[in-house]
Amino acid sequence: MTPKVSIRGLYKIFGADAKSLVPLVQGGMDKATLLDQHRHVLGLQDINVDMQPGEITVIMGLSGSGKSTLIRHLNRLIDPTAGEILVDGTDVMSLDGDALRQMRQKRMSMVFQKFALLPHKTVLENAQLPLSVQGAERKQQDEEGRKWLARVGLDGFEGRYPAQLSGGMQQRVGIARALTANTDIMLMDEAFSALDPLIRTDMQNLLLELQKELQKTIIFITHDLDEALKLADHLVILKDGAVVQQGEPQGILLNPADPYIEDFVSDINRARVLRVRSVMRPLSRDSFDGDVAANSNLEDMIGLSDGDTSLTYRVMDGDEAVGQLDMKDLVKALVPRVSGQDTAA
Amino acid sequence: MARYDAFFDTLGLRDWCDADKTDAPLSMAQLLAQAQGDGGEVETPGLPFPSLDELHQACSKIGQTRDLTEGLENGFLSIRSELKYVLDPITQPLSWMLDGTLFVFESAPWWVMMPALLLLTWFVSRSRAVTWFVTFVLLFFAFIDHYEVAMQTLAIVFVCTGISVAFGVPIGIGMSKSDTAQRSIVPLLDLLQTLPTFVYLIPLIFLFPVTESKLYGIAIILYAIVPVIRLTDLGIRLVDKDVIEAANAFGLTSWQKLTRVELPLALPNIMAGVNQTIMMSLAMVVIASLVSAPGLGVLVLRGIRALDLGVGIVAGLGIVLLAVVLDRVSKAALNRVDTRAKTK
Ligand SMILES: Nc1ncnc2c1ncn2[C@@H]1O[C@H](COP(=O)(O)OP(=O)(O)OP(=O)(O)O)[C@@H](O)[C@H]1O
Ligand SMILES: [Mg+2]
Repeated sequence: MTPKVSIRGLYKIFGADAKSLVPLVQGGMDKATLLDQHRHVLGLQDINVDMQPGEITVIMGLSGSGKSTLIRHLNRLIDPTAGEILVDGTDVMSLDGDALRQMRQKRMSMVFQKFALLPHKTVLENAQLPLSVQGAERKQQDEEGRKWLARVGLDGFEGRYPAQLSGGMQQRVGIARALTANTDIMLMDEAFSALDPLIRTDMQNLLLELQKELQKTIIFITHDLDEALKLADHLVILKDGAVVQQGEPQGILLNPADPYIEDFVSDINRARVLRVRSVMRPLSRDSFDGDVAANSNLEDMIGLSDGDTSLTYRVMDGDEAVGQLDMKDLVKALVPRVSGQDTAA
Repeated sequence: MARYDAFFDTLGLRDWCDADKTDAPLSMAQLLAQAQGDGGEVETPGLPFPSLDELHQACSKIGQTRDLTEGLENGFLSIRSELKYVLDPITQPLSWMLDGTLFVFESAPWWVMMPALLLLTWFVSRSRAVTWFVTFVLLFFAFIDHYEVAMQTLAIVFVCTGISVAFGVPIGIGMSKSDTAQRSIVPLLDLLQTLPTFVYLIPLIFLFPVTESKLYGIAIILYAIVPVIRLTDLGIRLVDKDVIEAANAFGLTSWQKLTRVELPLALPNIMAGVNQTIMMSLAMVVIASLVSAPGLGVLVLRGIRALDLGVGIVAGLGIVLLAVVLDRVSKAALNRVDTRAKTK
């Protein structure tokens, strides 16, 4: 599968003389030293990420790790210091003013943490913005705007102003606006971080539901591991502007690459996040205590087995047996790995 | 013997100083002193450093303070015709606009003028109370026979505010887009705002005949344009960075960004600037009556000149009333745009 977006050797250094400092950073100088000796801020270093079409790529990291900086490179709200960003095979650095605007209008849309709606426009006018910018016909603007507002659960609110809506509803407008643009790629910078937990869960579910239907390439930023694990097909973990680990979320959870990530994943409710397919072994026996779906989570399994660790189940993906699950392995997987030890055999 | 003779002697400049010594151009102080019969010494405030006049006494090569002002005047006079050649045609439309609007405001019968003004009030303020207030004030002016002068003042304020906004808003936009522009324009605005209002009139009187209405028009505009420029610049710079970023992310052109995002969001600030501009034009139009601007100011001036207390006070109160009216109407308009942007 060719990636939809691919980032190659991306560096970003903030400061007047950024270009000349790239070799130093490539030579291993870290963020603190760079700031100390050269008064430049290291934003990103040596980022290499492929984002597959139809997948949600989640970029996670603590505050200041460079998440916003990274996502803003994709539509070139920020220009890189070195490296390339390929969207559908085109280097976005090669786009000039007009072509860049075309790309922002037609190929990627964005949802913002603080919603960034136009306060003097109605909800409908906000949702129509991408089309009205492109000069689409009134009728089409109206239809599309209403359609997507209804899709995110906002019919009846078309004539209101953003300030009259709650945060969750405002972000629905933000999502409707991004959907109206009808782009393949959607960038979401901490889109749900400003919302309270219940609404947040609603919005995550809405996003997953939309995604099932629309199959967009979504790049989602968060600092919340639960959110990341829930949404991610591909998880990228950033620290101080560098990728510390990336891959399938279950894999990262079971095999954290360094203490920083172990720390991160230690507080997670593993039983709810881990899936049977991630802890099963290859088939090696004939009799089982029952069949389970590869995608059920471990919490369900504990309920099913009633806590009995002597049982072994056959794991089914549809009609096909793909492996076996020993409840003892399951229990081991629930304990986070501590640095230096290996729990799983 | 002057105080600083020794200084020039020790420097060996005596010959240079006395090269073409004449006793002719004396300062007024010296003339007075001579008349009183002593040696023509300048009365000095006794500062520990020399003044131009004192140095001149010791060494006639050094000019007097009087020469400084004279030099300025001559300098100005020498470029006057060139300045006039450039400025006269550019500013001529201002005269036409002022004269035209004055003509309309003076000659339109009250039953056209009053409804028109009230409609305008209603249109910009959408407030019943404000419209009633304006009705009352207009009737009051008619009642005390000041209707015509009030209309003259109003006409001048309208034209000057209109031109200030027409130039001020684009200048403000330019400033908000470029830090260099902002850095170079701000001192100029500071200067315009701190110059005593009378000082504006001085160079203008040299340039244009007092009978030309653009003379006072320029003075008023220079004074009143400052707030609308400043607040347009400020308003655009204060627009939420996130919204600007969203505009960029959705591929708006600079023009779309300006007209759909920046100006609408800056509008409350711009309107506050317009309000101040109106008030400042009104203040200046009174002073401009010194250079033949018609209106209420003329009556105030007459009150001062002829010590005609009553005329002056009534006209003064009229100006206050007009100020309140203009302020209320423009504030009402400001509130209207302000609430629309925030909540309902
Ligand atoms: N314009 C800039 N000039 C200088 N430094 C910057 C600039 N923008 C970002 N940085 C620095 O780059 C680093 C990464 O910032 P970024 O905003 O990408 O972090 P983030 O991961 O999005 O954090 P948060 O979760 O707080 O949004 C920070 O150290 C920040 O101070
Ligand atoms: Mg951020």
